[in-house]
Amino acid sequence: MQNQAKTLINKLGLDPRLLGMIGALVVIWIVFGIFTEGRFLSPRNFFNVSVQSASVAVMATGMVFVIVTRNIDLSVGSLLGFIGMSVAALQVQVLPDVLGLGHWSIWIISVFAAILMGAVLGAFQGWVIGYLTVPAFIVTLGGFLVYRGAMWWVTKGQTQAPLDPIFRLLGGGAEGTLGETLSWAFGIVAALVAVGFMLLSRRNKAAHGFSVKPAWAEGILMAIAAGGILLFVSIMNSYPIPKGAMKRITKAQGIEYTDGMVWNHGVAIPVVILLVVAIVMTIIARRTRFGRYIYATGGNPEAAELSGINTRFLTVKIFALMGALTGIASIIASARLNAVDVGLGTLDELRVIAAAVIGGTALSGGAGTIYGAVIGALIMQSLQSGMASVGVDAPLQNIVVGVVLVFAVWIDIVYRRRTGA
Amino acid sequence: MDKQTPLVDMRDIQISFGGIHAVDHVSVDLHPGEVVGLLGHNGAGKSTLIKILSGAYQADGGEIYINGKKAEIHNPRDARRYNIETIYQTLALADNLDAASNLFLGRELTTPLGTVDDDAMEAETRNIMAKLNPNFQKFSEPVSALSGGQRQSVAIARAVYFDAKILIMDEPTAALGPHETQMVSELIQQLKTQGIGIFLISHDIHDVMELCDRASVMKNGKLVGTVNVDDVTDDDLLSMIILGKKPEGVAVQS
Repeated sequence: MQNQAKTLINKLGLDPRLLGMIGALVVIWIVFGIFTEGRFLSPRNFFNVSVQSASVAVMATGMVFVIVTRNIDLSVGSLLGFIGMSVAALQVQVLPDVLGLGHWSIWIISVFAAILMGAVLGAFQGWVIGYLTVPAFIVTLGGFLVYRGAMWWVTKGQTQAPLDPIFRLLGGGAEGTLGETLSWAFGIVAALVAVGFMLLSRRNKAAHGFSVKPAWAEGILMAIAAGGILLFVSIMNSYPIPKGAMKRITKAQGIEYTDGMVWNHGVAIPVVILLVVAIVMTIIARRTRFGRYIYATGGNPEAAELSGINTRFLTVKIFALMGALTGIASIIASARLNAVDVGLGTLDELRVIAAAVIGGTALSGGAGTIYGAVIGALIMQSLQSGMASVGVDAPLQNIVVGVVLVFAVWIDIVYRRRTGA
Repeated sequence: MDKQTPLVDMRDIQISFGGIHAVDHVSVDLHPGEVVGLLGHNGAGKSTLIKILSGAYQADGGEIYINGKKAEIHNPRDARRYNIETIYQTLALADNLDAASNLFLGRELTTPLGTVDDDAMEAETRNIMAKLNPNFQKFSEPVSALSGGQRQSVAIARAVYFDAKILIMDEPTAALGPHETQMVSELIQQLKTQGIGIFLISHDIHDVMELCDRASVMKNGKLVGTVNVDDVTDDDLLSMIILGKKPEGVAVQS
């Protein structure tokens, strides 16, 4: 029986580690589902978990590259706060004066400003690490303190609110979703693209005369991929928007609200952002020279250098990318709260590192996947939301998350040793 | 002495690490289709000298001429531009990547979209390996899963595939069995006929006597001398290596 399962997994060409992580996630969901009498498994909770994971997951994809090259970034939480506060001040205090309150371009300028600010600060840290050869741990520990302090200086500690209405949609909430129809369209397009890519890759392999998976195995994988995407959309599409929000939305659209009218949320915009980021980062990791050099440098820095890779400039690029992703995460986090106070992003660096590491990124370098980091973020968030909904005290939540982190990495080490990878 | 322009001419090279003269005013040269052995004890400076040519180290002094023109080699990328390829003793492979990714590391084949074309690289790797080491089969596994000989084949394939004019081999047979060593010898003969110049670093006298045209011997960072292998005996070379003594009655270039 066990062997049959093994051959099946082999034939399907699935990564056992991926299966293990998904298995762990499902177990967590089921256990909390039992403890909360099904509340944890409701569309409402899945919607919330997906939105709450998005900010950390976006940063975790970048942290994979950082850790793969044997570096670390402790500054992302503070940087998120600093960017969040600066951009909030920009759209609350500066842009309304210049452009007028509620100008259509405020959110676009804010988004670009956040990403640019992250990329520039990240690149600077990367330059200190790569060219001045100060260890990443120290540089980003410095950044951790500097950005948190700088964040306070931006507004002298004042909370910035409310944010631009369109900008706020990027954080999710009742309005910040694709809505039912668009969600289905999104799901169907995503499913078709996934199947299309699998067919294309199969055709390429066959064209070079390599052996390909049997057609039935490929068929099953396509069904799983397409089915998973559509299942997710259908869950998001069965979480009704609460009455109060419905009245607000219908009023804004000029539709008359009647009792018994039911609209569902659909896929939240931050989740769409996360999916786009994850796909782009996966393509970078697997299909670009930049990605190839990241993994080569992580596997053997000396060999990478001798192969003509400019590992110093590579470090700058990786940290710039990490900073840009922190900018995106900061947009999601501040938009979701509709306010930025000086605590925004506190401890996020540890959540991000934990997500990447639970997702199978090895601190010794050279190994780590984007999907692993995203699943790692989901595991962390599920644990935390689950414990909160069961009524576990906050201190105990931290204890459990800490233990799970160490346990997950130990399992990963044992797995690696067994498979010799 | 040959009057034609040497392929490589390293003149008066020196480098020191923390006050120790690892390479102390050494000059060596190499002609097309020639194999020059670099001999010496561990720590004699042969690997350091050659790493200056391959761009891994920067010399403190001295000049390098390629085809008679002064060459500026500041890093491995520069060396590759002069068609200098190196097989390092440590092999310099990224253990977490597969054979094809290692072979094309730094000069990946790309699709029209600019993304790396793994399938094309794997197909090309299969072609090369079929010629170089027909037993090689593990194309989709990371090179950490390969045997010493297989890893060596990847490192060798990487150096010879990209149209090398100057090939540096640092102890290429150290990790190999007799059969694979034989394959490397045949490869060297074949590359010579293509007009490639080879620096062969070795501490095995018999390898050098068999494969090389000339031998440059180093001791304590200094060049003892360069001799035609046909003019000397094993013992002559040994006394150059151990005692730093030049053989008598033989033309010694130094």
